[in-house]
Amino acid sequence: MRYAETGVNLEIDLSRGSIDREASDPRLTELHLGGLGTNAKILWDRVPPEVDPFSPDNLLIFSAGLLAGTPATGANRTIVSTLSPQTLFMAYSIMGGFWAPELKFAGYDKVIIRGKSPNLVYLWINDDKVEIRDASHLRGKSSLETAEFIRQELKEPKAQVATIGLAGENRVYFASIEQGRSSASRGGIGAVMGDKGLKAIAVRGKKDLNIARPDEFMGLCNEVLQYIQFRRDNPIKGVPPILAGIGSPQEMAIHDEQWHTTSFSWGNARYRRKDFWTKETAKKWKRIQDKAVERLISCYNCPMECGALIAHPSLGLSKYMMKCYSKLTYVMGAMADDLEFGFKIAGDAQGYGVDSYTTPQVMAFTIELYENGILTDKDLPGFPSKNEERFFYLLEKIVRREGIGDVLANGVYWAARQIGKGAEEYDHNTIKKQEQIPIKLGMLNPIYYIMWSTGEKVNITQIEGQLPQAPFLAKELREEFVREWPQIPTGKEKRFKQFILEWGDEGKGLPFWPPLDLVFDLVEWQETMHYIDDATGICAGLSSFPIKPPYHIHNLPKLISSATGLDIDEDRLWEIAKRNRNLLRAINIRKGMRRKDERPPDDHWRKRFPEFEAELHDKYYKFKGWNNEGIPTKETLNELGLDYVSQDFEQRGVYKEKKVKVAKQDSTKSEEEKVAKKGSKKEKSQGNKQ
Amino acid sequence: MKTVKQIKIDVDKCNGCRACETICSAFHAVPKYSSTNPERSRIRVLFDPLKNIYVPVIAGEYTEAECNGRNIYTINEREYDECAFCRASCPSRDLFKEPDSGLPLKCDMCEEREPEEGPLCVEWCINDALTYEEKEEEGEEEEKPGEMEIGLESLVKKYGMKTVKDTLARMAKG
Repeated sequence: MRYAETGVNLEIDLSRGSIDREASDPRLTELHLGGLGTNAKILWDRVPPEVDPFSPDNLLIFSAGLLAGTPATGANRTIVSTLSPQTLFMAYSIMGGFWAPELKFAGYDKVIIRGKSPNLVYLWINDDKVEIRDASHLRGKSSLETAEFIRQELKEPKAQVATIGLAGENRVYFASIEQGRSSASRGGIGAVMGDKGLKAIAVRGKKDLNIARPDEFMGLCNEVLQYIQFRRDNPIKGVPPILAGIGSPQEMAIHDEQWHTTSFSWGNARYRRKDFWTKETAKKWKRIQDKAVERLISCYNCPMECGALIAHPSLGLSKYMMKCYSKLTYVMGAMADDLEFGFKIAGDAQGYGVDSYTTPQVMAFTIELYENGILTDKDLPGFPSKNEERFFYLLEKIVRREGIGDVLANGVYWAARQIGKGAEEYDHNTIKKQEQIPIKLGMLNPIYYIMWSTGEKVNITQIEGQLPQAPFLAKELREEFVREWPQIPTGKEKRFKQFILEWGDEGKGLPFWPPLDLVFDLVEWQETMHYIDDATGICAGLSSFPIKPPYHIHNLPKLISSATGLDIDEDRLWEIAKRNRNLLRAINIRKGMRRKDERPPDDHWRKRFPEFEAELHDKYYKFKGWNNEGIPTKETLNELGLDYVSQDFEQRGVYKEKKVKVAKQDSTKSEEEKVAKKGSKKEKSQGNKQ
Repeated sequence: MKTVKQIKIDVDKCNGCRACETICSAFHAVPKYSSTNPERSRIRVLFDPLKNIYVPVIAGEYTEAECNGRNIYTINEREYDECAFCRASCPSRDLFKEPDSGLPLKCDMCEEREPEEGPLCVEWCINDALTYEEKEEEGEEEEKPGEMEIGLESLVKKYGMKTVKDTLARMAKG
């Protein structure tokens, strides 16, 4: 018997219309756990680097995390992986909600989709009965409408539905997969789903999910729940309210948005408004939010209430469910001071199914191009004069790939190169072709420099966590912070605590402090915890993302072991995370990712130190067991049992490539321009088809 | 005097997370906590998220017949189906039935736990949509039928005593 997982994957070929159940190899669970880890293994084995993201041979994998559906609080995440049309690397995006547990209860760990359906279809998984059903009547329907339609059509109000909106159907490079209160939004995975002709996957499960050592497992789960209660009663002192608790930032419950609105950039990642948050704004925004939030809501088996049902007659919109930072991204991108605008456009955007990080930035970028004469009224006929209205205008163009929208739908990086005429200069907030959170800061931070540069997910919120964002000024706060800090990995307690105790003292400031070995350990800790969550399906909001989370490197090995029956201790869990991390990187290396791709935007910090940054790269790569191009060495791979990867690298001559010293992104331009042109032509021909 | 155990439900505090379903099904698994399956839970959250309807319902008596009519309750502008508040395991819906056997499920207030511990769904609802209360009332303590008895009783009601007896006898032989 398999524990915590079902041991069965669904293999769907949409070209042939075939549905197969495949038992998964339990050895892979030991090596990679599940979720992202086993997704990466499947992509490595079955999708060679020559495969185009929009090829029928690309796989789109929906995976429940290893612990999803067990009583572990917050273990509910679905990890979706594929090759990204935007970054051309591996995309993985993760959603909470209710879908993954339902899939487990239906008897499956993963749904692996290949091929392309000639007509729009949806998949209906009802325990052992799995059907590919016609979805032509759902074409163009919003994500919420689609889910509702499907539930009614199947007469299954309890079915959980993951669906794309119009943007996914039209292969917008930042189209999301929506699931009511949650979404997997990054990397254009919704576009791949649309390309495959798959509108939605509905699932309903009524089977048991087994636990190997029930008493031990439940004891640990109870401790986690008690710690959640403890952390709710004891917010971290000395940090902004939005960072003091656990869960994903509690932006539906908390009104105080001083930290986000004054620390992050507005417009096209341009302007910091340090004096934005006034008493009047606080009052006004509270009133708007209180009106808009009808109920705080949670994902499966989690008390955290990070989401909300958004509705209010005066907003004149239909209801939808929102979470986290999407409350602010459109507001800040449009330089609109009006929170009501944010609630309104986020609802439309969710219906169309687009990423709320990327979309506002594409729009703000477009407005800059227009204001600087690079785009004109010819490109944007009838373009309104107010930013808020411009955003609504652009949303409609983008999701339909209409006019200039066809170019903008490829995201800032590709659009800039397709538009030309100097538009590239306005692409100043992408890493590896993907829009980042709009943060522009003063002094370089070595910890963040490495995370932004080398993270495989690119998105910083999926790499960072555990640490306060700034030093505590008061000594008492530092001492109180380190007093109870059980989350630190074994052997690192003294150094990590010392870091907090000293950070901010004379001579103990960034960027040349702390010493590099400590910088690297802190980076690795933060990142490793995410890799564990991405495999188990435990929400980062209870684990890798916040400060002092209930899940950590000491209880996770025990939880995983008692749930699965595997024997995994702290060292082995760390090693699994390392294996997964290197395998993900290997997929990207095979897709051509090199050191030149691993850099934050030039203006990410005002103060930069090219030599120091090169040293950070050199030494961090070495620390990770990668060569100077960021490629995992043969020794590193073989130690992790990834011999098949190093052999592939050797066959492909990856290790023998001539190392090109690249100082500036510009020197790679010619190669990228070629790709951009190819992308644009292809898009046009594909656009015509639709 | 008898002790009446009560779970109080505040629908406004429910966030729809279904932790109550998770822990209920795990607790009642055999062996205890060996599996999870909300379908076996004796508490279910009926929800229609966009209509802001979130109602935890606790499994009550089994009934052979469904109601003739249906009412609609409108509370604070929200429309609830009558069944939304009904606790019965009833032929008109698939709620509160074992998914494999179809046998009815009924909340037992986690009586296997220590008396002071109360039901687990309440303990796991840390947002207090569910709270637990005991109070003294006039009357005699009733003897409660065991799980097997409830199950058999429903089979007898459905198929008649003779059929059940015959089937059991046949099974015992084979």
